[in-house]
Amino acid sequence: MQEAIPLNWRKYPERYRLEGTHCEECGQDFYPKKNICPNCRRKGKLEDKQMPREGKIISYSKVKASHKDFKDETPYYVALIELKNGVTIFSQVVDSLDNEVEIGAEVEKVFRKLNDKKYGVIAYSHKFRVKK
Amino acid sequence: MTGISAYGTSIPLRRIKVEEIAKQWGDNPENIKNGLRVKEKTVRNHDEDSATLAVEASREAIKTNQINAKQIEAVYVGSESPPYAVKPTAGIVAEAVGATPNLTGADLEFACKAGTAGIQAAIGMIKSNEIDKALVIGTDTSQSSPNNALEYSAGCGAGALVLDKQGEIAEIKKTTSYTTDTPDFWRKAHKEFPDHGGRFTGKPAYFKHVINSTKNLLEQTGKDKEEFDYFIFHQPNGKFPLKAAKKLEIPKEKVEPGLVTPKIGNTYSAATFLGLSNVLDRAKPGQEILLTSYGSGAGSDSFWIKMKQQPENKLEKKKPEKTLEDKINRKKYVDYGTYASYMNKLKEVY
Amino acid sequence: MRDVVIIGTGQTKFGEKWEKSLKALMAEAGVKAVKNSKIKGEEIDALYTGCMASGRLVGQEHIGALVADQVGLNPIPSTRVEAACASGGTALRTAYLSIKSGEHDLVVAGGGEKMVDVPTERVNYALGGAGDQETEIFNGATFAALYALMARKHMEKYGTTEKQLAEVSVKNHENGAKNPYAQYQREISVESVMNSPEIASPLKLFDCSPITDGAASVVLTTKEKAEEKGKDYIEIKASAQASDTLNLANRKSITEIKATQQASRKAYEQSGIKPEQVDFAEVHDCFTIAEILAMEDLGFYEKGEAAKAVEQGKTKLEGELPINPSGGLKAKGHPVGATGIAQAIEAYKQLTGKAKERQIENPKTALTHNIGGTGATAVVHMFQKPSKEE
Repeated sequence: MQEAIPLNWRKYPERYRLEGTHCEECGQDFYPKKNICPNCRRKGKLEDKQMPREGKIISYSKVKASHKDFKDETPYYVALIELKNGVTIFSQVVDSLDNEVEIGAEVEKVFRKLNDKKYGVIAYSHKFRVKK
Repeated sequence: MTGISAYGTSIPLRRIKVEEIAKQWGDNPENIKNGLRVKEKTVRNHDEDSATLAVEASREAIKTNQINAKQIEAVYVGSESPPYAVKPTAGIVAEAVGATPNLTGADLEFACKAGTAGIQAAIGMIKSNEIDKALVIGTDTSQSSPNNALEYSAGCGAGALVLDKQGEIAEIKKTTSYTTDTPDFWRKAHKEFPDHGGRFTGKPAYFKHVINSTKNLLEQTGKDKEEFDYFIFHQPNGKFPLKAAKKLEIPKEKVEPGLVTPKIGNTYSAATFLGLSNVLDRAKPGQEILLTSYGSGAGSDSFWIKMKQQPENKLEKKKPEKTLEDKINRKKYVDYGTYASYMNKLKEVY
Repeated sequence: MRDVVIIGTGQTKFGEKWEKSLKALMAEAGVKAVKNSKIKGEEIDALYTGCMASGRLVGQEHIGALVADQVGLNPIPSTRVEAACASGGTALRTAYLSIKSGEHDLVVAGGGEKMVDVPTERVNYALGGAGDQETEIFNGATFAALYALMARKHMEKYGTTEKQLAEVSVKNHENGAKNPYAQYQREISVESVMNSPEIASPLKLFDCSPITDGAASVVLTTKEKAEEKGKDYIEIKASAQASDTLNLANRKSITEIKATQQASRKAYEQSGIKPEQVDFAEVHDCFTIAEILAMEDLGFYEKGEAAKAVEQGKTKLEGELPINPSGGLKAKGHPVGATGIAQAIEAYKQLTGKAKERQIENPKTALTHNIGGTGATAVVHMFQKPSKEE
């Protein structure tokens, strides 16, 4: 299902560059971006901050039954990845050889196509691959 | 002066062997391998295209040399397989590396020499003092018609260079070109796969332009062939560059380091960038490089590149952690069906 | 403060109901509930209906209006409540609050979903709305994949095995086989679960609840009114709800659902009933791992101990703590909006001795647990059989 164009465009900094939010007040990093700091709420002082592009796998799953949008790449791995600053992110894990995807594996971010429907804008975003 | 201060590469993980394609169409793989001097080629995954490869190559260059992306004032992307016919890859790359918005950008097309045309454009902007830093990329995920000779060699890859007035790695001292209207290889606007002139792509096309452009460079600079340590030629297969070397009376040892097509296929606009990267990975301070690209249609751009004089260990730090060879050696093979699916040769009916 | 009770229930059979539209299902359940409650339509003050994804599944919003219209109850107020898979439970809670607050005296809380009209991919897309569209679904998450991430971590941390997860499914099918309203009324074996196709490792097809059409309704009123009518009823001793981050990645832990812990804690406090005093529970087993997490997060078993308890048969109908006597979401079916209500119906049937083949011996207290998404919403209700005053 095609995502709205302006919605995707607003998310370029988050999806292309892993840009999140940092709260000056409580010192915590957040991804995805926050409009209100969950800790400080109105007292929070938010600013843009790039998340580190490396981390490790906390948990993963090999998806064999997927949405139509992802039919071409099924099966594929998804994972929860803890970035070097402690922020956890959900993403696909690609380009791994057999058995490389496991809990604790070190991964790095790559820039990939998420979605390319025939009549619409191509959606690019982050994915991760096991560091070798 | 204008020179190269950073470089980066990106090739897909997957490969398909000549044997696998030959099996599909009943060809003799040994004949193909001997004729083209190609063993296997790169295959992009569903989620890769010339834009994603361009971004990855650019990121490597920027990260290795800690370049402040906001200082990049131009992004030129050369490709014949951009994701959009109208909507520049340059914009996507600029956003992805964080260079937006105070910069210029454009996508260029000149078959396999679109990337080097981008280098020349960047040199113009830098030498005329309009800008200080430019990011130039050659990237392709080229298509080839099923059951056509091109299938054996059309590969995917991207190479990126950051050019500026400092030339921390090497200086680009001179560039010359040789351009004509030669119908050797083309793809009309709404066609999926390209067409080519068979043997016409040899002497009147590739060799005429590569050799004349190289000769132009040697003449205009007054340099002797012997002064160059490396020659990088455009490489649609593993044979043409060696043949060109023979015609120019250059020892093949000087050409081989810049010849990567045998292992990854012809990466079109990325080919000379990747050949150059393979050379830069091993080049030493002070060494001299002659690079000649070729784009069907047709034209060649030649460059005289000289490695900056500096302590060797300083130079090594400016090279990416992973060499192109490291990336070439990390691979996963696919069969023909998977390859056809990845390259969108299987059409969906709406 | 008033005591709120359930005086009657009604539901459609759950399953693939090709001939029945959403309207038909809602009407059928509602009318049955009203009939079984021995009340007249005129007595109903308001309707609350849980429905998660009618927009994406049948192109219809404004479900509140739809239901009132369909059952001929215009002009009473009718509201749709949505909390993803917890829509039913939150509809029940909203209905409960409307009586508790004194605003209404008798209301109907229902839920329904029409899922089989569209192809499975569209259903998965619709269900994806329960997660974070922009960061989970966009990146290729399916619900099975999100729960699979939790399962794998639980397995790594506590040694839970795939076979133990399979036992949850087997038990629920055992119970479902005794439930005439269940989608699947046949037993299955551990082997068949283990051999079923993988959906998102380590979860397989039989670890996952099915796609189901269905609707369910309960009639709520004050204890006073129920006594007046001389109708048997069960007391709602607690209604509690909690929220957590929409996406799984921002949770503090993925081997527990904090919203369940918080809602159940409040429910135990409110009702004065402790976990060990709960006689049985209907929990949200959208995937087998979810039942394991629920057993732990509801305080029935220590973290890491639930899987063993299932393996040892402790949560079977005859066990020390029957879980999902109805067959759970797995065997009974999961018409999303209806589930939270259907759980309350099982509580009613068991506590009033109407569960027939599935009847647990003399239960006095019941807990129902309904989750939205991967745990962003949790609703817990506590029911009690009224104590007979001599």
